[in-house]
Amino acid sequence: MTALTLRNVRKNFGATEIIRGVTLDIAPGERHCIIGPNGAGKTTCFNLISGRFPITSGEILLNGERIDTLPPHKINRMGLSRSFQITSIFQRLSVFENLRCALLWSRGYRYSFWSPLWRQKALNEAAEVLLEDLNLSARRDILAGLLSYAEQRALEIGMTIAGGASVVLLDEPTAGMSNTETDYAMALIRRVTAGKTLLMVEHDMKVVFDLADTITVLVYGQVIASGPPVEVRANRAVQEAYLGALE
Amino acid sequence: MKSRWLIPALIAVAIALPWCFYDWGHHRHAGFLLSMLSQMGMMVILALSYNMLLGQAGLFSLCHATFFGIGGYATVHLLNAVGAGDLPVPMELMPLLAGLSGLALAILFGAMATKQRATAFAMITLGISELMATAALMFHHFFGGEGGVTTNRMIENSLFGLTYASGLQVYYLILAWTVLATGLMYYLTLTPLGRMANATRDNFERAQFIGYDPRMVRFLQFALSGFFAGIGGGLYAITYEIVTFDALAAPLSANALLMAYIGGTTVFGGPILGAILITLLQSGVSLLSNSWLVYVGVMFIAMVIFAPTGLAGIIKAHGPIRHSGRLGSLVVPYLRLVIPSLGLLLGFVGIVELMSFLTIGAAQGRKLVLFGGPVDVHAALPWVISCGSLILGALWLRIEAAGFHRIWENLTAEVRR
Repeated sequence: MTALTLRNVRKNFGATEIIRGVTLDIAPGERHCIIGPNGAGKTTCFNLISGRFPITSGEILLNGERIDTLPPHKINRMGLSRSFQITSIFQRLSVFENLRCALLWSRGYRYSFWSPLWRQKALNEAAEVLLEDLNLSARRDILAGLLSYAEQRALEIGMTIAGGASVVLLDEPTAGMSNTETDYAMALIRRVTAGKTLLMVEHDMKVVFDLADTITVLVYGQVIASGPPVEVRANRAVQEAYLGALE
Repeated sequence: MKSRWLIPALIAVAIALPWCFYDWGHHRHAGFLLSMLSQMGMMVILALSYNMLLGQAGLFSLCHATFFGIGGYATVHLLNAVGAGDLPVPMELMPLLAGLSGLALAILFGAMATKQRATAFAMITLGISELMATAALMFHHFFGGEGGVTTNRMIENSLFGLTYASGLQVYYLILAWTVLATGLMYYLTLTPLGRMANATRDNFERAQFIGYDPRMVRFLQFALSGFFAGIGGGLYAITYEIVTFDALAAPLSANALLMAYIGGTTVFGGPILGAILITLLQSGVSLLSNSWLVYVGVMFIAMVIFAPTGLAGIIKAHGPIRHSGRLGSLVVPYLRLVIPSLGLLLGFVGIVELMSFLTIGAAQGRKLVLFGGPVDVHAALPWVISCGSLILGALWLRIEAAGFHRIWENLTAEVRR
């Protein structure tokens, strides 16, 4: 069974069709990158999968179960988590609190207004371990909104993987980073997504070809190629539509 | 480390205060003080419960008095039932039932209001407020129309054998419930729901992608805040033995907002400060002047513009400077602000009072008395002095404020280093 399947997914905004019949199969544990020119619909795809927008037609399955009619929080609870291209964190909470919030649901706290957070030993330790993993321990009690850009991106990734989702969607995690920051972020992503299914939108070709098991090329809302990096690189249509300029 | 003795000290002061003004000659408590302190207690609960929405969950509600009011009406009817011997509930537990009635109504209205966010949420709550105000005037059986519903708190049913005939006993009941409710509301901020309320305030969308339904978070927070507001309303009913339309109408909702905002929404204790200050103004200044609401209004506007973090926020901003032991170096800059501020204030108060006495005061047949002497509101001199003081004060304050701002910036930069 696939971890994530898209079957002929379409999305219209008004009369404009943005996603024009995307079909994708992502195997468990696969590292799958989506590339494509600006406006190809990569982020829209993420928004459809994660439930942020409803699809117009088609089917999306997570571990064999339909998720295309569910709201985002239910999809998340089923084991799919996503990050945002534009950093999306809880600005006025500390770094530690951000991570602890991201852990809460998966640890069964639900909407509890009776369990005191300071006494949840396992939860607090897990948050500390995450801080350590993200190399943010020194920034533990700083308000998340005051972190540097690269630190906020790291926090964003941390919040995405905190809940232990088996399928992780990262939307341009290295956008706007310097080379060193990118290398650092990629090492972090490899470390924290080990053993998980990873679907990633990325512009940096070096990152994509380093990381991906499979690359899907999206152009104007359609998949024009999908396969291992070597095949995609050799694909004529891809070269013409997208990579040509690079080679 | 400081708050460890701060809270017991505050409670001790609240317990001792009535005895500091005890009239030993006549063997009675100062009624004015007791009623002011009682009022403060319920307003503290109202403001804190409102801040569960505004400060903690980022929900701008305009119907908070609805839940305060319903707690009050419910208590009046319950007291009447107990008094008639139909219901065996001791007085001490009355506020709990009032809270439950607030909770029930907040569940109903919260389910509607929290479907929407931001402006739409505010508009729904405005609708709820109007709806309840109309209902209160229409349904006489429960709300008693414009006259309200009255009761007698001497129901002879107490866990401790108290009659509640004296204001002091009522005040201590209010104090106990205020401490309890405040403690519970603080506890809530340390639970998963409380923390997620902060999270949905900061980023509604992100909360969904970590598994939470932000609407559910807000609904629960709304319902719980209604519970506490209801407790406040119950204490109101016990104190005044009458509940009218005023207890649930829009002005009281606005008051809740005012107290929370002026006190400071970003710090848990902020609304307590706001509630105490506003009640002081309400009880103190309203005796001295017809125009006290003008002063509260202007203070609110000034806070929104110049100090959006409220009084508690201002105090909190001094924290790092205090820790570095540099607080002393702010004394002189502050003193330099005080003089022009006083000028501005006196000028403003002068003009407001002169205008007030020109119209309302004249109608009441009263004479304006300032600084121990009568003032002729038709003469030019008082107006000239007031206007001059206002303008000079404002201009001078601008200069001093710029200087203060520089000193403050330098100091905080030094402290951070």
